[in-house]
Amino acid sequence: MHSIYSFVTGPLAWLAFIVFIGGSAFRFYSLYSLARKKDALVFEYMNLKFALRSIGHWLTPFGTRNMNLNPAMTVVTFAFHICLFLVPLFVFAHVIMWKESFNISWFTLPGVLADLMTLVVIFSCGFFLYRRIMLPEVRYLTTAVDYLILFIVAAPFITGFWVYHQWAGFPTMTILHILSGEIMLVAIPFTKLFHMFLFPFTRGYMGSEFGSVRMAKDW
Amino acid sequence: MTESKAVKDTAIDDQGIIKGIEQLSPEKIERVINQVLKSETGARLKTYVDTCVHCGLCSDGCHYFLAHDRDPKYSPAAKVKQTLWEIIRKKGKVTPEFIENAAVVAYTQCNLCKRCAMYCPFGLDIAYVMSVMRRICHKLGVVPLYIQDTAHSHSVTKNQMWIKDDEWVDTLMWQEEEAQDEVENLRIPLDKEGADVFYSVIGPEPKFRAQLIYQAAVIMNAAGENWTMPSMPGWDNSDMCMYTGDYEMMERLKKAHFEAAANLKVKKIVMGECGHAFRSVYDMGNRALGWKMPPLEVIHAIEYYNDLFVKEKIKIKKKFDRPVTLHDPCNIVRGRGLHEMSRNIVNATCKNFIEMTPNREHNYCCVAGGGVINCGPPFKNARVDSGKIKAEQLFAAKAKGAEVVIAPCHNCHGGLEDIIHHYGIDMELKFFGDIIYEILELPE
Ligand code: SF4
Ligand code: SF4
Repeated sequence: MHSIYSFVTGPLAWLAFIVFIGGSAFRFYSLYSLARKKDALVFEYMNLKFALRSIGHWLTPFGTRNMNLNPAMTVVTFAFHICLFLVPLFVFAHVIMWKESFNISWFTLPGVLADLMTLVVIFSCGFFLYRRIMLPEVRYLTTAVDYLILFIVAAPFITGFWVYHQWAGFPTMTILHILSGEIMLVAIPFTKLFHMFLFPFTRGYMGSEFGSVRMAKDW
Repeated sequence: MTESKAVKDTAIDDQGIIKGIEQLSPEKIERVINQVLKSETGARLKTYVDTCVHCGLCSDGCHYFLAHDRDPKYSPAAKVKQTLWEIIRKKGKVTPEFIENAAVVAYTQCNLCKRCAMYCPFGLDIAYVMSVMRRICHKLGVVPLYIQDTAHSHSVTKNQMWIKDDEWVDTLMWQEEEAQDEVENLRIPLDKEGADVFYSVIGPEPKFRAQLIYQAAVIMNAAGENWTMPSMPGWDNSDMCMYTGDYEMMERLKKAHFEAAANLKVKKIVMGECGHAFRSVYDMGNRALGWKMPPLEVIHAIEYYNDLFVKEKIKIKKKFDRPVTLHDPCNIVRGRGLHEMSRNIVNATCKNFIEMTPNREHNYCCVAGGGVINCGPPFKNARVDSGKIKAEQLFAAKAKGAEVVIAPCHNCHGGLEDIIHHYGIDMELKFFGDIIYEILELPE
C-alpha cells in the first residue's frame, strides 16, 4: 500500500502536472497558430475593453438575461465553479502537502467550510446529471463522454469527502482520491473541460464583435 | 434516444435540394467538405465545436426552439449536432441523406440571427457554424431552389429580381413622375457626381414596393438633400448569395455596390429599410473583400431619418395617432445597435408607443431572416409555424393596445406579414418611411 501511495503522490503526480500544463500549452499554441493562419480577423476585431465588458457580465451572477431565465442553473453553476476551484487549492490537507514537498504554504479553508464546499460540488454534479437526463434539450446533446466527464469531475470530491471523514477503506480511498485528481488534471487539456481556459477567448471575441462592430449588448 | 420527432417527418419538397442530392456521391461529399474545412475554416470553427459543453443553455435563445414547444432538435446546439458536429467527427464521411437534412437545418431552421450568442455562456456563434454548413451545401450544389434562383439573378444582373437595366431606370422615372403630381419639380437625380447621399435599395423595391422609392424621394426632397441614385448595376444593395454560401458572388456584388458609390464620388451611402442588405455591406461583404469596416460611410435609413429629426431638417404636420409597437430587426439591432435611434424616431413621429417584450437586442426574430423566407413556398408552412412565439409576442403588444407594427426591414415585413395573416393577429405593418411620409409637412 505504501509503495502505491508514494508512486501516486510522486512520479504519477509529476506526470499529471506535466501533462496538464504541457497539454494545455500545446492546445493553446496550436489554436493560436491556426487562428493566425486562418482566422486573422479574430485578432483584428478583438477589443480588450469590450471583451472585458462581456466577460464581466457573464461572470456576474444574474448579470445576463439567460441567467435570470434559469435561476436554479445560475445559482448551481456559480456555486459549483467557485467551490471547484477553491477547495483543491485551499483545503488544509493539500496545502500541507505543498508545505512538506516544497516548503511553500498559503491560506487554508476552515475544515467545516471546505467540507460544505465539497458537498456543494458533489450536489452540483448531481444537479448537472439530473439536467442531462431530465431536460430534453440537454439530453439531445448529451454523449457518453459528457457523463464520463461529469464523473471525472465528481470523483475527486466524493473520494476526498470520504477521506476527510476517514470512513471505512480510508487508505484505499486516499489512493483513489489522488488518482482521480490526477485523472481530472490530465483530462482538462484533452476534453471539454478545456472550456475553462477557452471561455475568456470565446466570450471575449463575441463581446468584442458586439461591442465595437455591432454596438449592442451580448448579455 | 430522444423524443423529438423524426427529422424527416415531412418529406422535403424542394427541387433544388432533391436534384442536388441526386448528384452526390460519398466521395464528392468527403472531398468538398474537407476542402471547405481545410481551406476556409480554422481555429474559430474548431473552438466553437470543441468548446460547446452540451449544456443546452442556448435553447432559450432560439425562437425556433420556443415556437416548437421546446423540441430539442431546434435548439441552437442541436443544429450544430445535426450538421458540423457530425461532419467533423466523421471527417466528412457522411451520406447524401445526412447532407439533405443538414441543408434543411442550415437554410431553413436558422435565421442566422445571432440571438443565441447572447444566451450561450461562451458566446459560441452558432450562426457562423450554420453559415459554414451553407457554404458546404453551396459547393455541393444542394441549395433550396427559390433562393438559388435569386442568387442566379444576382450573378446575371447584379440584382436580386432579374430586373433589366432599362427597367430599373424606367421604374425610377415612373416614380419620379408620380411624385411630381404631389411635389412639383421633384427629382430623383440619377448619377449625380459628388452628391452627399447615394441612396441604394434592395431589388424587390422596384419590383414590388416601388412606392417606397417614391416616399424616400419625397422625404429627401423635403429635407433639401443633395442626393442621387445610380442608373447602373450596383444600385441593388441586397445579397442572397451571402445566404446561399456563394461568397465569391457576395464579393462581386458588394464590390459593384461600393464602386457605384465611389465612382460618383458621393459622401456616403444611405440604405433603404432593409436588414440583410445592411449585414452584407457592414458585416459580411466588406470583410470578405478585406475591409475591416466598410470602405465608404454606409448608414441605414434609421440613422438617416434620425439625423433628419435631430437636425430638424424635416417637419411633421402632426404625430401619427394610431398606437404603434416596434419590431427590432436582428441585422440592424444585434448587427448595428440601432435600437435606441429607432425609438427616437418613434417618439418623434408617433403619439402612442407600446413596447413589445422582449425587445431591443432580445427581440424575437420574424423567422424570415437569414434567407429563410427566400427559400420560398416549399418551406413557407414550416416557417410560419416557427413564428408561433413571435405571434404570441405580437398578440401581447396588441392586447396593450398596439394597432400598427413598425418593422424597419424588408425581410421582417415579409415574415411578419405571413405571421400576422396566419395567426389572425390583425395588425398593420409599416416602415418608418411610410409613417414619416404620411405625416410629413411638405415644404412650400
Ligand atoms: S442564430 Fe438565431 S435562428 Fe439560428 S440558432 Fe441562433 S437563435 Fe436560432
Ligand atoms: S449554450 Fe453554448 S455551450 Fe451550451 S450547448 Fe449551447 S452552444 Fe453549447
